Amino acid sequence: MRELQTKEITSAVKRLCMEANYYLGEDVLNAIKEGLKKEESPLGKDILQQIVENAEIAAKEEVPICQDTGFAVIFVELGQEVRVVDGDFNEAINEGVRQGYTDGYLRKSIVEDPIRRKNTGDNTPAVIHLEMVPGDKIRIIVAPKGGGSENMSEVKMMKPADGVEGLKRFVVERVEKSGGNPCPPVVVGVGVGGTFEKCAFLAKKALLREIGSKHPDPYYAELEAELLEKINRSGVGPQGLGGRTTALAVHIEAHPCHIASYPAAVNLNCHAARHKEITI
Amino acid sequence: MATEQKRLTTPLSDKEVTDLRIGDIVLLSGTVYTARDAAHKKLVELLEKGEKLPIDPTGQIIYYVGPSPAKPGKVIGSAGPTTSGRMNPYAPKLIAAGLKGMIGKGEMGSEVVEAMKKYKAVYFTATGGAAALIAQRITASEVVAYEDLGAEAIRKLMVKDFPVNVAQDCYGGNLFIEGVKKYKIEA
Ligand code: SF4
Repeated sequence: MRELQTKEITSAVKRLCMEANYYLGEDVLNAIKEGLKKEESPLGKDILQQIVENAEIAAKEEVPICQDTGFAVIFVELGQEVRVVDGDFNEAINEGVRQGYTDGYLRKSIVEDPIRRKNTGDNTPAVIHLEMVPGDKIRIIVAPKGGGSENMSEVKMMKPADGVEGLKRFVVERVEKSGGNPCPPVVVGVGVGGTFEKCAFLAKKALLREIGSKHPDPYYAELEAELLEKINRSGVGPQGLGGRTTALAVHIEAHPCHIASYPAAVNLNCHAARHKEITI
Repeated sequence: MATEQKRLTTPLSDKEVTDLRIGDIVLLSGTVYTARDAAHKKLVELLEKGEKLPIDPTGQIIYYVGPSPAKPGKVIGSAGPTTSGRMNPYAPKLIAAGLKGMIGKGEMGSEVVEAMKKYKAVYFTATGGAAALIAQRITASEVVAYEDLGAEAIRKLMVKDFPVNVAQDCYGGNLFIEGVKKYKIEA
């Protein structure tokens, strides 16, 4: 058994919260620059140019890319040979979020109750997805998620008879109906199969994949490419004001499902598609 | 649909508003007030009670934003727009009280459009997520009401060449419809 101090988890989470919010991933930035080359709308070009410039300013000054520094969504893959010692695992993560959002001058956007809506003041608690894996390492991914794009996401219990065409319609319509609200160009995470909650989780997880990477299953790789093309023909464009660059990528995660079911979820991410990770 | 570059300084006159068309790119300078959901709720409650507002909306622009905290030595933190649709229930009342413009992201509802047509007001979008860039165009920031609301307090900002687009104008023009139509490729 390898022992891991909770304070190591706290300091890693703290750093990742700050880095994810200051530095936009290379993959995202490259995809935006690609879009800029192809964009036909003058206004769309102007907007994409601003987004590129914004990322440069944020990185240089170490300030948030977006003022909505998001809900701290944290994925942890915990090696089964790791023993977390010296404190509460969940609290260690939340302490990292607390310190990262406070010391990093990030916005506190979490209310402690969805109906009574009082701000917790330190952006805790995080949403933590814990998975146990073989090995003696821990992998922590911090993915701050903005409200604007999260609000445009949807889960749908489709019928098996809806087939692949039904899925295509659902995904493309979700992006079209969202218009400018999720800050296009977006990254489209699709979860299909599993159960009601599983497909939602998969849609979120799909957002973590590197933009430009191919799905390992050629069937889904092709479907992703087709969906991306369809979405970029929709005309929605940067900020929903018209243009060619509506999505930067479509990522699908599929899972086995029940003979009677065909659940699907779309989780949209804005161009401020943030995630940073570490393996300890 | 125009794509004209213009410079405007607040407060805006009816003439300046009626000269704007969807697609225009505007660099704004002058004073802009910030408010989000919580502040709007309070402002509209005061209007309904017939009481005086903490800010005079006449000719002014409200920017829908909740900035991140300012780093030491900075005027403001990152400050990009938030989703405007959430202000649909409130905006018409402020427009009736003299407000000439709103800045946010995403589309505003038909109730707002009706008020914009009737009282001559305009809806601009700023680039959602371009929050660090926008912050550089803000030269001063001061909380003028509801400090207890934190990021949602009302701030008076001084802006210089703040980049916005006319997304919905006072003639019912809507770039979210027109712009998308123009670039849509039918299957
Ligand atoms: S949707 Fe994303 S880019 Fe837009 S305001 Fe929210 S966090 Fe920022």
